[in-house]
Amino acid sequence: MIKFVLMVNRRGQTRLSRYYTPVELSRRAALEADVVRCCLSRRKEQCSFVEYKDFKLVYRQYAALFIVVGITDKENELSIFELIQNFVEVLDKYFSRVVSSCAIMFSLDRVHFILDEIVQNGLVVETNRSRILTPLNAIDKMSDS
Amino acid sequence: MSDVVEKTLTALPSLLLSVDSQPGSAKLSTSSKLGSLIRNITELTSKHEEEKLIQRELSSIKDQVSSPNTTMRQMKELMVRAIYCEMLGYDSSFTYIHAIKLAQQGSVLEKRVGYLAVSLFLNEHHELLLLLVNTVLKDLQSTNLIEVCMALTVVSQIFPKDMIPAILPLVEEKLNHPKEIIRRKAVLALYKFHLIAPNQVQHIHNKFRKALCDKDPGVMGASLHIYLHLIQENPEGYKDLTTSFVTILKQVVGGKLPMDFNYHSVPAPWIQIQLLQILSLLGKNDPGTSEIMHEILEESLRRAEMNHNITYAILYECVKCIYTIHPKSDLLEKAAKCIGNFVLSSKINLKYLGLKALTYVVQQDPKLALQHQMTIIECLEHPDLIIKREFSQLLMLLHVLMIFPINNNTYAPDNEWFIQTMNAVFSLGGETMQPDITNSFLKLLSEGFDSVEEDRKLKVFAVNSYVSLLEGEPEKLPQRFLQVISWVLGEFSHLQQDVGAETVVCLLDKLLHMKNSTSETKTWVLMAMTKVCEGAACAPLVQSVCETYSSSLDTVLRQRAQELQHLSRDPALRARVLPPVCTREPLEVPVDSSLSFLDEFVSEALAAGAAPYKPSHQRQEELAQTKGVSTVCLMFVCLMLFLTRADVCVSQLSSSLKLEGVKRVWGRGGYEAAQVETPSPPQEGGDPSISHTPPLTSEDTESKQQEQQLASSMFLGLDHSSVTLVTHTHTHTHTHTHTHTHTHTRTRTREYGTMWLSFSNDTKQNLTLVHSENEGPLRATLNVLTEDLHLHVVEIIGMEAIVACRLLQDQPCLMHCRVHGDALAVWLRSPVPELPDCLIYHCQRALQGH
Repeated sequence: MIKFVLMVNRRGQTRLSRYYTPVELSRRAALEADVVRCCLSRRKEQCSFVEYKDFKLVYRQYAALFIVVGITDKENELSIFELIQNFVEVLDKYFSRVVSSCAIMFSLDRVHFILDEIVQNGLVVETNRSRILTPLNAIDKMSDS
Repeated sequence: MSDVVEKTLTALPSLLLSVDSQPGSAKLSTSSKLGSLIRNITELTSKHEEEKLIQRELSSIKDQVSSPNTTMRQMKELMVRAIYCEMLGYDSSFTYIHAIKLAQQGSVLEKRVGYLAVSLFLNEHHELLLLLVNTVLKDLQSTNLIEVCMALTVVSQIFPKDMIPAILPLVEEKLNHPKEIIRRKAVLALYKFHLIAPNQVQHIHNKFRKALCDKDPGVMGASLHIYLHLIQENPEGYKDLTTSFVTILKQVVGGKLPMDFNYHSVPAPWIQIQLLQILSLLGKNDPGTSEIMHEILEESLRRAEMNHNITYAILYECVKCIYTIHPKSDLLEKAAKCIGNFVLSSKINLKYLGLKALTYVVQQDPKLALQHQMTIIECLEHPDLIIKREFSQLLMLLHVLMIFPINNNTYAPDNEWFIQTMNAVFSLGGETMQPDITNSFLKLLSEGFDSVEEDRKLKVFAVNSYVSLLEGEPEKLPQRFLQVISWVLGEFSHLQQDVGAETVVCLLDKLLHMKNSTSETKTWVLMAMTKVCEGAACAPLVQSVCETYSSSLDTVLRQRAQELQHLSRDPALRARVLPPVCTREPLEVPVDSSLSFLDEFVSEALAAGAAPYKPSHQRQEELAQTKGVSTVCLMFVCLMLFLTRADVCVSQLSSSLKLEGVKRVWGRGGYEAAQVETPSPPQEGGDPSISHTPPLTSEDTESKQQEQQLASSMFLGLDHSSVTLVTHTHTHTHTHTHTHTHTHTRTRTREYGTMWLSFSNDTKQNLTLVHSENEGPLRATLNVLTEDLHLHVVEIIGMEAIVACRLLQDQPCLMHCRVHGDALAVWLRSPVPELPDCLIYHCQRALQGH
């Protein structure tokens, strides 16, 4: 099960966070900073999976951005690792077509919409790229007209 | 990686970077309030500043949301900013109600943002959630499909349990909707209901089946979540669906799904993984059901040949499945090969997965782990902590299995496995292993098992294993392991008729010549040679070894060399002195467990100011502090080994030997049972010691041995006859100790003073005074010391005296003595670091006799 998805920059500033298990608001910032510290201290030749407290972190770095997914033990780490890549490819597909030079993070709501299609209740519910984007495309079309 | 991925990855940074590496570049951000907020936050450096900025922002938002003039469009924008602020950890609960309003009243995009905000802000028990229900109900019945989708999405994310009955019929009917996206989302909503209130959805399980067989793969995929959950709780209830799952997997693997379900040319990988998880649950402990899956599992293994992470993820799941269900040998083999590839892979993520798979597999089939023994060991050297941890877990598992064999023969560890596993433990343990582990292993080996034949086989197997290790590259093996190997070969190689004594002696000799063999290891090797050598073929090699080590600086090595020399020449004597372990009952060795014969010596030494005994754990702590490697795993192994045998192993002297009812046979004069004769008269070098217990019990107290060695090395470089402090173990008599010292030096008091101030190494100690009728205690004591040790008394004034000696040309030692009560307080100084302590020791020895 996926516990949370985070997009954090190198300085520990959160760009996006979605929790699938309840975490108190006041604890979130500390957790996020700690998680990114954990991932930042990893070297290139080290594993992309880190044991953190009583669960695991799967992280991937894209330039200055870290995408970190917290998972329980039973989850297949490598499949989540690739899920992150799938997510990023979907973002790429959406943003490069619709808005050319817009920073993804400035469209926080749209990134959430996309993530909502992929992960629900901590489970991977959709991985088909075109299907993930269908609702958002429809909304865009409708708001434009 | 494929081209597409490469291109994507290079394109991505430009999209994701904007704010984070190119400040101020994004054009559109200037028009967006959110954009400028994010940029401002990014540029800040302190938490305090951030707080100020956010609070300002929040109060601005607050004003605007409460204003009646704010449009829905503006509200949407405010809401996203509020989401951002809460994401950073700042409460914006005043916006919650407005989020719901937004969902109710906004147009499509605004509504979506409203729903998003609600799913992020609220939790299941929030009072405002009830207000959402009406909106959702309305949207579910909307003609606009987008709104229906949105409603179903939010229902899957968050919904009050008590309101399920109100919404259930609406959702149910969506299961039959012509549009697949609606059907899919309806299934997911029902899954959520099942999670929070299983009773409410019990009556519609048949509808789930329909979803499973839905012609649309997306709907089918959604139903898998429900089934995985249901089957985890009750596998029996769903065994009849096995064929369906197998068929579905066949279709997916066979590429029957539309192309857009592919991810890097792999068909619906996450669906495959889920199906494999479901199949494992169904096939577990069920041969009939497992049978149905064999074909598809084999095909999955075969198809996942591509060199991509996602195929490896599928393979991992496949392997896990194969090892969970009822076993089939050729499938197991293929899966094992697969794991091997993972573990051997250079890619660290795959290695990790391989180890994880191995850990899982070891619980079902321990033998597989052994094939990858060396790789596993290499993994421990790996700098990555998570790899190390995985490996430690693996090893612990192996040993739990070893110690608690299940009665079922399939899982009972056999000799081969035991020896190979212990080899792995010794190889990885290296120098940081506790000696207890080696000792208990040796004891285990010597005591054997109940069956004589099994016992013999185990020993023979061990011998074979070690012979081949020595024939290979023993340089890489840790010292403790080499010691174990030597002992085992010494004791048991005669059981293996195929390996001649000469071969073993040659192999042992190889160890002696290895650069990194320590003195301690060499003593074990010499002991082993002593036990093994027989026949004329060994004689020349033995002779040359004896010659080499008879003049070794290490006294213990010298002793062993002497033993080797004498015992190799006299087989009858050796047979009496060193009967093979397996021919006698283990506890027949008479040992005075309390070492009572040493009591007087100890009390005298303490009175003379010797340091009291430091228990093993304290010494170990001090030792361990200097070493970085964690021995948790090995300690666990040690514990486990102990648990197999009720008695404590006979190890160092320092640990208490719980052997009760053993009669006292050792006394002051040595072994009193008159079983051992000294083979030859005392020589210049002192008596050769006769050791007739295995090296396990022959170790002296560490400090004593160190001191002896130190003393011997100190006094060796002399013109006069060399000092041989031949120290023996507790098992036999002490012999003479010749201490010859050094030339006198005539030093005057004045020079003495200058020298005293310039020397940096000192020691203070109390010596016992010698009382004589003829002269005062100071003089008497000094006389004894000067006689025995050839010290030179420079001057005596009243109750004080200054004494000097010189070891070599530039190695003087000065001693200042003062009578203090009933003892002689001495203070020594020397430029040579160890000399003061050494000299004190000899003074004490000398005074002992008086």
